[in-house]
Amino acid sequence: MDQVTTHGAPAHGLEPAHEHAHELGFWRKYVFSVDHKVIGIQYAVTGLLFLLFGFSLMMLMRWQLAFPGRPIPLIGGWFGADKAPGGIMLPEFYNQLGAMHGTIMVFLGVVPLAVGGFGNFVMPLQIGAPDMAFPKLNMASYWVYFCGGVVMLASFLAPGGSAQSGWTSYAPLSIVNQGAQTWWLVGMIFLITSSLLGSINFITTIVQLRAKGLSYMRLPFFVWAQFVTSFLLLLAFPPLEAAGILQLMDRVAGTSFFMPSGLVVSNKIVTTMTGIAAPGIASGGGNPLMWQHLFWFLAHPEVYVLILPAMGIVAEIVANNTRKPLWGYKALVYSVVFLGFMSFIVWAHHMFMTGMGTTMSAFFQTTTMIISIPSVVILTALLMSLVGASIRFTTPMLFALAFLPMFGIGGLTGLPLGLAPSDIHLHDTYYVIGHFHYVVAPGTLFALFAGVYYWFPKATGRRMNDLLGALHFWTSFVAINLVFFPMFIEGLAGMNRRMYDGGAQYAHNKAVLHWNVVQGYAAWGLGLAQLFFIVNFFMSIKWGKAVDRNPWEATTLEWSAPSPPPHGNFLTEPIAYRAPYEYSVPGAAKDFTPQFEPERA
Amino acid sequence: MDMNIPYTVEHRPDTGLANGKLGIWLFLGSEVMLFGALFSTYIILRVGAAEWPHGELNIPLGAINTAILICSSVTMVLAWASLKMNDWAKHRIYLVTTVVLALVFLVNKYFEYSAHFASGEVPAHTTFLAIYFTMTGLHALHIIGGVIVMSYFLGPGAKLWKKNPEQFANRIEYTGLYWHFVDLVWIFLFPVLYLL
Repeated sequence: MDQVTTHGAPAHGLEPAHEHAHELGFWRKYVFSVDHKVIGIQYAVTGLLFLLFGFSLMMLMRWQLAFPGRPIPLIGGWFGADKAPGGIMLPEFYNQLGAMHGTIMVFLGVVPLAVGGFGNFVMPLQIGAPDMAFPKLNMASYWVYFCGGVVMLASFLAPGGSAQSGWTSYAPLSIVNQGAQTWWLVGMIFLITSSLLGSINFITTIVQLRAKGLSYMRLPFFVWAQFVTSFLLLLAFPPLEAAGILQLMDRVAGTSFFMPSGLVVSNKIVTTMTGIAAPGIASGGGNPLMWQHLFWFLAHPEVYVLILPAMGIVAEIVANNTRKPLWGYKALVYSVVFLGFMSFIVWAHHMFMTGMGTTMSAFFQTTTMIISIPSVVILTALLMSLVGASIRFTTPMLFALAFLPMFGIGGLTGLPLGLAPSDIHLHDTYYVIGHFHYVVAPGTLFALFAGVYYWFPKATGRRMNDLLGALHFWTSFVAINLVFFPMFIEGLAGMNRRMYDGGAQYAHNKAVLHWNVVQGYAAWGLGLAQLFFIVNFFMSIKWGKAVDRNPWEATTLEWSAPSPPPHGNFLTEPIAYRAPYEYSVPGAAKDFTPQFEPERA
Repeated sequence: MDMNIPYTVEHRPDTGLANGKLGIWLFLGSEVMLFGALFSTYIILRVGAAEWPHGELNIPLGAINTAILICSSVTMVLAWASLKMNDWAKHRIYLVTTVVLALVFLVNKYFEYSAHFASGEVPAHTTFLAIYFTMTGLHALHIIGGVIVMSYFLGPGAKLWKKNPEQFANRIEYTGLYWHFVDLVWIFLFPVLYLL
């Protein structure tokens, strides 16, 4: 495949890139790098570490849920008397773990890996760009994210422990809470700023730096997914930044944006952190519901920030391993754009239980049902792509194939939550936890693993081991379903979420309580299964099978660059001659016709 | 292939844009959402309140500040236009004037704030003062940000003019777009908080 890349004129005829590369010292090359590939890898590795950390918090919680009140074995003594005296987890510590698990998985794990990692590394290569449009801004967004991560981690050490009001930080609980909610808010402002800088960079890069011949309808679907995702980050995150500032004011300056006046708990008027009672009638009290509106105005588009890059990755891998063009490329593109637009007007379906009124509920039920249409179109198009294909069951394809039914379960179980009458029964039960975890854990996370296996050869020049990959896949697949499927059973039986004792205090949970033990063992098993991945990852960097530029016989532009690509990415100017997924073209000599291969006379 | 990122100065033919121009407009789009959320908060608080305070703010000082910011927007445009007409000396005068006007705005704001604090009107006093301090405070941070950027272009950033005048003029143009936006936010803030 090497010979085809020699076509096309050397770009701009200026000095070659590798002369620059040698001038850079270690710090500028690997730590404070402005190269999108290095930044992408930094994001991906940091994101993976945070995923592991966030998952470890959950493994601790699972002990308390499976065996309430029993000391945590082996490591129980590590947490100290203010978190787990005698190894027995305190309720406050359980709440910290819950709040931080959600925060870390969403804002420090999945988004940085899916957008910061894959978006940064793959997108410029797929559009044939030498780098991102604003490389310094790109570096800044990684380091701002890093600072946010440090603040979040440090908050565990703050007096009173980390934030404890769930990842949603609902007011007024989050405002009167004694834990490090203020640190959480500061951390979030860092993370939001980072996403903002990143999204400006992504959109500008996609609009401005597309290679010659690469029109919008020739963009790989992954680029489209990143494009829409960036708009969601750009426009949905600022309202949460505003909300974060307002909550910060409530906690630090004693205002009461989200504190209703005269809130009484245990016969005492609740005051804000500064000890000032919520103000009286001078201009009315605060409005706790407003926090939920501002929060979900971000957090619903955020769901699509988590899922769209995953869909993009799966689309790439499905096309490559079915050796067929994606079924319905145009329908996929229009659907993803429509999905992005609709995701701004469905947020209050998280709030049917708040008493915001039936008119509001009716509106948001309707938009929620409408948004399920493009999701189904995307999933259907991916499924139809499999029909009649002779599938290559590579490691990335295993994960990508598993994504389809897993996301299907996650999506379909969401429908009853999108309708107020059924949501009132299911809200705040384990059913909800099961639903969104099917979307983001066996859904998005499997797609992200697929992406790691798929683009690892491009990043390192070596392939990951397939046996370890298959072991990782099958063990994870079984374990993760044993963790999350029982949640539907528990939730339908009425078991509430966020219960310190796993729900044991309520008689109606008795029949489903044993599932907590099953889920515990499955979660720890899932943790062990990740060892296959960790070992594979590090072994393959050193000893993996060395590959050429296009080991998967793929068609998109990133496979025309050397593996790993040098600073500046391409040796010659990349040109797109055709649509992204020209597999098995009738009459062609081989079963793939890359975008970068010129027409033959 | 070379490392130079295309369209940092010249326009991409099919989009008609340089990268920075698109970038700054996207940034302003996100700023609209940021202040939009705060204005929404204001509306919700006000609609939910039985009474809303009037006459607590210094209208003459607010009006003077509005005029100052509008003038600074004009001098900002002139700073860019003089670059386009290759008049470096005038550019410096207009940019310095813009910075000075911004600083005068901040000084006025300081007097306003300290008068409130002196009479016990802290943010925690009422939700009205809470939203007033939050919105004008965030706006003042944006003014400070603009002052920092303009000072950079008066100081070390000015060297670019010799090397690449077009790129420098573009940077002043983007700074100007940001500055007009900050001005526009104030033009909404003044009537909403002071007059209504």
